[in-house]
Amino acid sequence: MILSLVEHAGGRPEETSLEALTLARELATATDAALEAVAFGAESAALGEKIGDYGVETLHHVGDERLDTYAPEAWAESIAQLLDATDPEAVVAPGTDRGQEVLAHVGARRDLPMAANCLDVEAGDVYELSRQRWGGSLVEHACLDSDTKLVTVAEHEFSPETAAEPTDTSVQPFEPSLDESAFRVTVDRVEESDETGVSLGEARVVVGGGRGVGDPEDYDKLETLADSLSGTVGASRAAVNEGWRPHDDQIGQTGTKISPDLYVACGISGAVQHMVGCKGADNILAINTDPEAAIMQKADYAVVGDLHEVVPELNDALADER
Amino acid sequence: MDTVACIKRVPDTGAKLTLTDDEQEIDTSHLGFTISPHEECAVEEAIQVADDHDGTATVMSLGSVDADEQLRTGLAMTADEATLLETDGEEWRPRETAAALADALSADSGTDPEFDLLLFGNESADVANHQVGVRVAERLDMPFVAGVSDLTIEDGIAVAERDVTGGTEVYELDLPAAVGVKEGLNQPRYASMRAKMQARKQSIGRQDPVAGEFDGGIEKVRLEAPESTEGAAEVLGEGPDAVPAVVDLLRDDLEVI
Repeated sequence: MILSLVEHAGGRPEETSLEALTLARELATATDAALEAVAFGAESAALGEKIGDYGVETLHHVGDERLDTYAPEAWAESIAQLLDATDPEAVVAPGTDRGQEVLAHVGARRDLPMAANCLDVEAGDVYELSRQRWGGSLVEHACLDSDTKLVTVAEHEFSPETAAEPTDTSVQPFEPSLDESAFRVTVDRVEESDETGVSLGEARVVVGGGRGVGDPEDYDKLETLADSLSGTVGASRAAVNEGWRPHDDQIGQTGTKISPDLYVACGISGAVQHMVGCKGADNILAINTDPEAAIMQKADYAVVGDLHEVVPELNDALADER
Repeated sequence: MDTVACIKRVPDTGAKLTLTDDEQEIDTSHLGFTISPHEECAVEEAIQVADDHDGTATVMSLGSVDADEQLRTGLAMTADEATLLETDGEEWRPRETAAALADALSADSGTDPEFDLLLFGNESADVANHQVGVRVAERLDMPFVAGVSDLTIEDGIAVAERDVTGGTEVYELDLPAAVGVKEGLNQPRYASMRAKMQARKQSIGRQDPVAGEFDGGIEKVRLEAPESTEGAAEVLGEGPDAVPAVVDLLRDDLEVI
């Protein structure tokens, strides 16, 4: 049996969990094993109607009301007890903050190795897998040798696919024995963001500024360009380290990963750390004085020139277009 | 209040990652090294918390003797102590790394056992296994939160925030506690030249790491640098003269106007 962790919001599965289910089903199909899922909170029972399309035969529904609030150790302890009860070949979780954290706790509790951010997994006694290193700039081919394999799936690397034939998912309550200590880490409260406008991760157009912007004031030009394209402004790590922009604006391996229709990279050299964050862009337009800059090999379109001259001229032209 | 930040020496990557001929690692012959970025913030936070609460900050690393360079960066940032769990430079796997760190951090190992806050980077920049912090915390029976973007210590409690879609989750952990932090938590200080000079003279504690024995595990076979699909960009022009071509592109091809 292959067990997959499903995260959900009010009984609707998260996209990343459907991605994980897709990979889990491939494993189940390849080994002629059953695909089962585990989910937490009272509302998770409603998932039964949603994940049959993905071939889930059984949903282990952990409905303990204390689990309506996320508690990583309680989730992990529940999964660990479910492993004891059902002995799956593998547990597959989404490569989200929660997925990584919970599965790592399971690994620690049952002394099992874990492979994080997998792209592809080939079943066998020993799993042959590929996984992301360097935020996805490198792929590691590795073997995972364990009685129960713990695998997280890299986010947004492929689209969820439903099964060829939908399954009627049987929802089975699972009642782990959880003492209070399992709830020592729990979400105390959620504070909603008061930010308005398009978030960097969801923007259809992003205008990024790097070291070449040279001065925090000059981001005004990029703001104007972003506004006229209904987009938002981002920055490279170099610019954030200079203190020109807040870290929330950082695009890259240790910042936000963007996936816009268009990314306009202004005064950005194209370091690996940055390109990992913008490789999801459909189109990249680079504006850079240096025709030899790495970004010129990685962009789709380029203007060789000083952004301080090109961007204002472009802003004027776009104003005329209206 | 004493703090410990666990750090890793990683290559300071530039424009391109090139692999060695045996595809086992990155060719670092032309690269410098740095502290993994999330962990720079862990070090800064460890120092700030120790300063604010009258304690000592320690930086600890498992790695080859070359990792002295990163530990000295931590000392130059004004960490009080540094400990190297010295290896032969081979890549250690996460369970072994966590066991060795926990062993060194636990009371009966002979190192300074008293600390209230243990900080990790959310994941290392290079291997990114996303699990060493959790495994160490489990071994030491400490509460742990990953992905921390804001941290406040008040009245024996660590208030940790984690960004989620549309907001922030807030966790309250009783100390001693462990966290995995993300870049943006703070602005790591630049060490002054004088501090760097002084750090060179400070001693670094050395220990042989105790790995323990584990069944199975994850074994690297080889690395691969994915082919970049595109060649050079299509150059639309030079300087402001290129603007009409850019407008055409935005309007007709990309349809973003």
